[in-house]
Amino acid sequence: MAELLRFATAGSVDDGKSTLIGRLLYDSKAIFEDQLAAVEATSASRGDEYTNLALLTDGLRAEREQGITIDVAYRYFATPRRKFIIADTPGHIQYTRNMVTGCSTADLALVLVDARHGLVEQSRRHAFLASLLRVPHLVLCVNKMDLVDYDQKVFDEICTEFRSFASKLDVNDLTFIPISALDGDNVVNRSENMPWYEGTSLLHHLENVFIASDRNLIDARFPVQYVLRPMQSAHHDYRGYAGTIAGGVLKPGDDVIVLPSGFTSTIASIDTADGPVDEAFPPMSVSIRLSSEIDISRGDMICRPTNQPDIGQDIDAMVCWMSEASALATGAKLAIKHTTRSARALVKNLHYRLDVNTLHRENDVTTLALNEIGRVSLRTTVPLFFDDYRRNRETGSFILIDEATNATVGAGMILGPTQS
Amino acid sequence: MDYELSHLATLEAESIHIFREVAAEFERPVLLYSGGKDSVVMLHLALKAFMPCSLPFPVMHVDTGHNFPEVIEYRDAAVERAGARLVIASVEESIRLGRVVEETGPRASRNRLQTTTLLDAIEEHRFDAAFGGGRRDEEKARAKERVFSFRDEFGQWDPKNQRPELWSLYNGRHKQGEHIRAFPLSNWTELDIWQYIAAEKIELPTIYYAHRRQVFRRDGMWLAVGPYVTMMEGEEAVELTVRYRTVGDASCTGAVESTAATVHEVIEEVAATRITERGATRADDRATEAAMEDRKKEGYF
Repeated sequence: MAELLRFATAGSVDDGKSTLIGRLLYDSKAIFEDQLAAVEATSASRGDEYTNLALLTDGLRAEREQGITIDVAYRYFATPRRKFIIADTPGHIQYTRNMVTGCSTADLALVLVDARHGLVEQSRRHAFLASLLRVPHLVLCVNKMDLVDYDQKVFDEICTEFRSFASKLDVNDLTFIPISALDGDNVVNRSENMPWYEGTSLLHHLENVFIASDRNLIDARFPVQYVLRPMQSAHHDYRGYAGTIAGGVLKPGDDVIVLPSGFTSTIASIDTADGPVDEAFPPMSVSIRLSSEIDISRGDMICRPTNQPDIGQDIDAMVCWMSEASALATGAKLAIKHTTRSARALVKNLHYRLDVNTLHRENDVTTLALNEIGRVSLRTTVPLFFDDYRRNRETGSFILIDEATNATVGAGMILGPTQS
Repeated sequence: MDYELSHLATLEAESIHIFREVAAEFERPVLLYSGGKDSVVMLHLALKAFMPCSLPFPVMHVDTGHNFPEVIEYRDAAVERAGARLVIASVEESIRLGRVVEETGPRASRNRLQTTTLLDAIEEHRFDAAFGGGRRDEEKARAKERVFSFRDEFGQWDPKNQRPELWSLYNGRHKQGEHIRAFPLSNWTELDIWQYIAAEKIELPTIYYAHRRQVFRRDGMWLAVGPYVTMMEGEEAVELTVRYRTVGDASCTGAVESTAATVHEVIEEVAATRITERGATRADDRATEAAMEDRKKEGYF
C-alpha cells in the first residue's frame, strides 16, 4: 500500500533547489519528454547555459519573463513505496508567506544550503518557519558537495552549526544529508564519492521516514462539516454528521459530547460510501450517526466527554500576516475561519513581532505588515473549540479574512486561551 | 490496526472534504461534467460525499456540439444513474445568439468559444461555485491554481493575486456576481485517476480504450476523421488501433496509438508513458507556451 508524503522545499535558485527537484522528478520519471523539450527550447532561446529546470515549475508568464518564482508550485511524483506531493516555495525574503503556506500541509520540510556558503540567513529562516508550522520532520540537505571536494569536515561543520541553531526551535526529527543535486550524489542512490557518510540517500529517506505517528491519534476531534439528511423515503430517518476526522480515533459505541450544546450521546455508526467502518481516524472523511436525536449543525464539534478542546472566545496565537494591501493592527476586526466554524475576530493585543532571522522579539510594535509574524490576542464573536497548534494542526490553525476584500490576509497558529 | 491510509484513500478523503465544504458554504454550486474521465471521477466522488443523500447540486455540460457520440451516450446514462439534474450550456446556442463567432478554416475549433458559453451559463443560473476536474499535474499554469480559485465578476482568474491557501481551510467568500471554481482533484495525477478508476471499478466512455478508428495525422497528433474537421490537402485517412487519453472537443482532441483495451492495460501504459496527456492529445494547449494560462485568465475551465 503506497502512502502519501507531502513535503515542502525551501531554498533559493542558487542553492540548486530546482536542480534537486528536477532530478527527483526526472529520476522517478515524473518529468515527461514534452515538458523537458519545452523547457530545453525555452532555455536555449533565453541563452541559458544549461537547461533551466526551474522553468518546469515556473509556468506563469510573469515568472518566465522575470525569471522568478512568485508562488507555491505543487509537483507530483511517485515511487512504488510512496506518492509524493512537493510544495515548492520560492526562497526570496519577501516570500515568507509562501513558505508558511507550503509548510502548513507538509509532513516534512527540506531545507537546502550551499556547502560553499554554509548556513545563511535564509536557511535559518526556513528552518524556523518549518518549526513554527510544526512540520514534523526536517531535512537539511548540504548541496554542492562536489564543489568542496566531498569534504566531510565542511559537512560536519555545517551540521554542528545548524544543530546549535535548531536547539532553539521545536524540531523533533532532524536529518542531515550531503548531496550533489547536479551529479545525483546521495539523491536517489548512495554516493560513492562520500564513503564517510553513513546515512541513506534523500529519496530513501523520503520513502522511509516514519510519518504514521505524526497525526494526533489521541484527542478525538470531529468538526461537523455538513449534515446529511436525505429527503427520500428510503432513508427517512437518516441523519448523519459528515466531516473529516481532525484528531483521535472514533468508534461505534463511543460516548461523545457535542459542543457547544454540551449534549452527550453515543456513536451509533460511522458511515462511508463504502459501508460502515469500525474505526475512524485522521484524515478520513466520514459520516457519524448518534444514538439520540440532538440538534447539531455545521461548526459544532463532536469529541469525547473526558477529552475536550479548549472552548473560548479569547485566544492567543502566532499570526503570519499575508497581505500587501493592509497591515494587522490592534483594534482590527476580521473574519476568522477555524475548522468548519466561521466567526469574526477583534485584534485585542499585538504582543510582539518576531524577527524570523534572529528569533528576537520586538515588543514595541503596533502593526504586522506583509510577511511579518507576531503574537496576538484575539476576541471572537462566538466560542471556538481549539487546541494548541503544537498538539493538533487541524484544530489549532485558523485563517483571517479581510471583510471588505474577502482576501485571506493572515494565518494563525493557536498557542492557547488568553491568560488574564 | 496501524491507522494508515493508502494514497488513494487519502486523496479520496481530501476530495470528499472539498465537495462537502463547497456544498456547505455556497448557495448554488454546479458540477462541470463532460463525460471525460476526470469529470467521471468527480461525479463518482461527489455521489460518495453525500451518500445516502442525492447530489445537492446539478451537473452542467458545456457542449461544443462537436462530440464523440459514445461520450454523449455515456453522459446521459451516467447522469440518469446518478439521479442528477443535467444542465446543458450549448456553444451552438451561443453562436446562434451572436455571443461568439465561429472560427473558420481547417483548424477551426470551438475550444475557446466555450469560455463565453460557460460564463454566460454561470451568470444565467446564478451559480456561485463551479466544480472543475482540473489537476495540478496537467499543465504548468494549473500547478499554481488554488483548490478554491476565485473568479471576479468577469470570470477572470488573476494568477498573481491568488488567495493564500493553508491547511484545509478554504476561503470561499465572494461578492454577488463573483464566483469560485473548486478543484477537488487538484492533488491527483493522471496515474492516480486511472488507479482509482480501477479500484472503484468505474465505467468510462468506450473511447478511452483501444478501438479501431479512421484517423489522420496533423501537428503530430492523430485526429479522428469525422464531421467536425476538414482534412487539408496532403492529409490522409488511415485506420489504426487507438484510444483517447483526454476527451475534449472532437475537432482538437487527438487519439494515441494504443492497444490498451482494459483499465489495467491503460495503467501499465500510463505508468510507462513519457509524454503528458495534454501534450500528446490537445491542440488547444499547443498554441503558445502560456496558452492555458491565457485561456484560464479569461475564465476557461
